[in-house]
Parts: sequence; structure tokens; C-alpha cells
Amino acid sequence: MSILVIAEHDNAALKPATLNTITAASEIGGDITVLVAGAGCDAVAQAAAAVNGVSKVVVADNAAYEHQLPESLAALVVELGKDYSHILSPATTSGKNFMPRVAALLGVAQISDIISVKAADTFVRPIYAGNAMATVQSSDAVKVITVRGTAFEAAATEGGSAAVETSDVVKANDRAGFVSEELTVSERPELTGAKVVISGGRGMQNGENFALLEKVADKLGAAIGASRAAVDAGFVPNDMQVGQTGKIVAPELYIAVGISGAIQHLAGMKDSKVIVAINKDEEAPIFQVADYGLVADLFQAVPELAEKL
Amino acid sequence: MKILVAVKRVVDAYVKIRVKSDGTGVDLANAKMAVNPFCEIAVEEAIRLKEKGVAEEVIVVSIGEKACQEQIRTALALGADRGIHVEAAADLQPLAVARLLQKIVEKEGTELVILGKQSIDSDNNQVGQMLAALADMPQGTFACKLDVADGKAVVTREIDGGEQTVSLTLPAVVTADLRLNEPRYASLPNIMKAKKKPIDTLTPDELGVDVSSGLKIVSVEPPPARSAGIKVESVDELISKLKSEAKVI
Repeated sequence: MSILVIAEHDNAALKPATLNTITAASEIGGDITVLVAGAGCDAVAQAAAAVNGVSKVVVADNAAYEHQLPESLAALVVELGKDYSHILSPATTSGKNFMPRVAALLGVAQISDIISVKAADTFVRPIYAGNAMATVQSSDAVKVITVRGTAFEAAATEGGSAAVETSDVVKANDRAGFVSEELTVSERPELTGAKVVISGGRGMQNGENFALLEKVADKLGAAIGASRAAVDAGFVPNDMQVGQTGKIVAPELYIAVGISGAIQHLAGMKDSKVIVAINKDEEAPIFQVADYGLVADLFQAVPELAEKL
Repeated sequence: MKILVAVKRVVDAYVKIRVKSDGTGVDLANAKMAVNPFCEIAVEEAIRLKEKGVAEEVIVVSIGEKACQEQIRTALALGADRGIHVEAAADLQPLAVARLLQKIVEKEGTELVILGKQSIDSDNNQVGQMLAALADMPQGTFACKLDVADGKAVVTREIDGGEQTVSLTLPAVVTADLRLNEPRYASLPNIMKAKKKPIDTLTPDELGVDVSSGLKIVSVEPPPARSAGIKVESVDELISKLKSEAKVI
């Protein structure tokens, strides 16, 4: 077997999700080739070559791949990847964007967001926002797979000494063009990647009260989320929503404040390693999934928490 | 310009689903069904483009069992003009769905396809991208802003860590993320009017599409159960547990 892993990067650095994907590739077994497609991405190729378990790196360095637009990237991956048994990418917004194009052009299924490798053709993936786990088996000649990073350890960034080859395949496209990119500049981590998340629900009563959560978040380096009830009530914008139709998070520590624990919300956070719930209603369903529950008025407990941390 | 939107019939987002004890799937008997929330956002966006005069017609398609016509009616009540129901199994894989949609795009000559970014049942997040690839169209996935003018769709996309804007030459495929808009509610007169709007029925055979898949579902299991932990009495006890027992802070 031979596996092609598509590196995620910003032309300057290899993104960590690639390392988790390489571990998933190792579990499948076989030679691992990493494709680095970008522009001026030599440093990324060198970093990929040093990753433990990688046997070859292919670099496609061309202006056509600068922003890794899916129209160009998928065409490249199809051309370089058709002889591999597996093509893997992280299930990030980038991987989710171009990989289904790869699968469709190859005429095969894509297996989205795997969390476990059972065999070289059999994988486990969450469905219904993690409320059920499907084991799926593929009989396709090429298995196109996206990998949920949080489900696999990161491969070591040293110890490898893969050969680096260059590819001169250029797949330009003139119908999709990059306009701009605005990355959120925040001292806080991103919700989906944060090690600690603190979220507020309807119990917060208004948007201003989310400042209470900020004080705890500052102490813990946490991202701030919200339940759908808090978003629907207009307390906070909906990019903060954690839940089935919002962001799915799985941090080391999740602190739910004033959140009752509707199914919609639980679906988005119940894979967190440790869950803390602070709610004055001791019957709230959130306590059924919380490792540590504190029945208390959040307006007293949260400031106290911020002060004592 | 014609816009095609697709709606998937899924279990309502607020229903707690139950995995069948024989591991063959999820028990949907008697479950409340609804339009997939992301598809609803796609419908809303298409209707707004029609209201702005950018589009002349909004066609809504649903693929699945006969009951999908309920979801087509919902979209018609929101303002779509006519429906197409492709009668097929409820659990078609994304590649088959994309191939069916490609045929409808060809047949109807639609210049813009707006889909939800993923369905909340199978969580694949594939159909829009696959359709774009098969029809050789550019794509703007996970859209939180869409402007259509002069033969172009300018799409702002939600990406990890921020937003990206791309410009697509039509025809194109756009998939809707949560922040694209807030769908309206259907008014009673519009629900009544929707009953008179036409729905065509087609089959995969008529469209010349083989809907078989290389992917087989071996089993569906409930996730590992999460048991309730303990109640702590005070903030001090909470901090001490998180430090010494859970070791997460």
C-alpha cells in the first residue's frame, strides 16, 4: 500500500493537523508520501521531510497553488494521487474544501472525518454530530479520506529524513480567484482548536455578562463559546455557537456556564476530555454529562473562579 | 438567472436520536423530520437573490423517498418557485447525490447552485464540492457572505481562523454556512400558495445515473457513554479537583 498525505500549510509552516493525519496514515500502514502544494513553500517541504514515518515528500511549488484553491489543488492531487491506495488530508476547512473534489474526479466515495482505523479499508467516523459512530468499509480502488485531528496523536516532527522531489505539474484555473483573507487576530485561541473552552448559555442573561467568562478565559488561555440559546437570544454572535449546527469542539477542559444542556449543545461538546458545569438548576441535563458539577449562581461562582485560578 | 437549491430531509436537530440495538443504523421511526438546517439557509439565500432581482427563478430539489416532498413544500412556502423530487433511497451516498444534481443542473441550465455545507445526519460535507468537480464549476464552500453580480459570485468563506473571500465566474456552486443568513418563517398564506406550486418527479434511471456506492456501512454504534461525574460543593473544591484529579489546569 502507498499513502499520499496532503500537507496543510500556509507556505511558511506545516500546520499541526498534518501531523495527526500522518499518524492515521501510519495506522493504515504502507509508504507515506507527503504532498506540499504551494508557492514558496520550501520550508514546509523541509519540515515535512523531517516528520517521523514519512518516506517521500513531493513539492509542487507554483503560483497556481499559492492559496491552495480547491479547483487547482484537487486537479493536482488527482493527477499525482491516482496510483496511491489512499489519499489523506486533515478534516480542516481546507481539507473539507478540496478533498470531495478529488474523490468525485476519481469517481470514488470520500470517507469524511475518520476517528479510527479498523483496517486498511475500514474506518470509524462520527455521524449525527457524534451521537452515533458508523463503521464503514470501502471497496474503492483509491480511498479518499479526511482525518479528524483530535482523534490521532501528532507524529513526531523529527526523526524522519525523507527524500524531497519536485513536481512540475501545473493546474491553473481561471474561474476561481483569491480576493482576500482575514484571519482573526485574537489573543484567544480558536474555538475548534482550543485546549480549554468556556461557554455561556441563556443563564448569562445578556451579552455584557460574557465579560465574566472572559476573565476566566484570560486565566486559562481559553476560547469562549456559547449555546444556541445564547446566540438566538442575541447575547453573542453566532460564530461563537457550540453545538450540532455550530462548532464541534473537543478540548481538554470544557466549562459550561448557565447552559442547561440541550441535545443540540451536547452534540457539539460531549467529546471534551473533562466537562465542568456551573448551573443553579441542579436538574439541568448538563450535569448528566459533566465530570464536575457545581450547583451555584454563576454570578457568584464565575467571578470567584476567575479570582482564585 | 436560475438558481438551484437542494434540501435534504433529516431528523430534526432537536430530536435525541437512538441507535438501533442491532447496529444497523439510527432509529428514525416516528422521529420528527425537517429540512436540514444548512439547506434552509441555502433556500433563504436563493430567495433573497430573487427578491433583489438577481435571479428570476428558484428551483428546489430533494432526493430521497416520497416523504421528501414535505421538505420541498417547506422550501416552496419560503418562496422557491417550483420543485423537483428525485425519488430514490433515503441513504444515497454523496457521490450519487452529486451525480444526480449534475444532471439536473445540465437539464435546467442553472447558473448558480446553492447547497447547505453539510447535512446534520450523515455529516459528510461533500455534495457541493463533488457537484462542482463533476460539473467543472468553481466552488465557494462554507459561505457567510454572497454577492452575485456581472456573471460573478463573490463568496466570503468561513475558514479555520478567519475568513477568506474568493471570486467565482458563474456557473458556480456555493455551500452555506450558519452565518450566511437567518432563514425566515413561512407565513400561512405562503404555505397555502406553496400547495399549488408544481413538483416534478424524476428517478435516477430517468436521469441516467448509477447510484451504487463503493462504501458500505458495516455497523452503527452509540458513542461511548459518558457517565455523570460528581457534584462539587464549592469553587475551591472545583479548582482543586481540576488541578489534582483531572490535571487539566
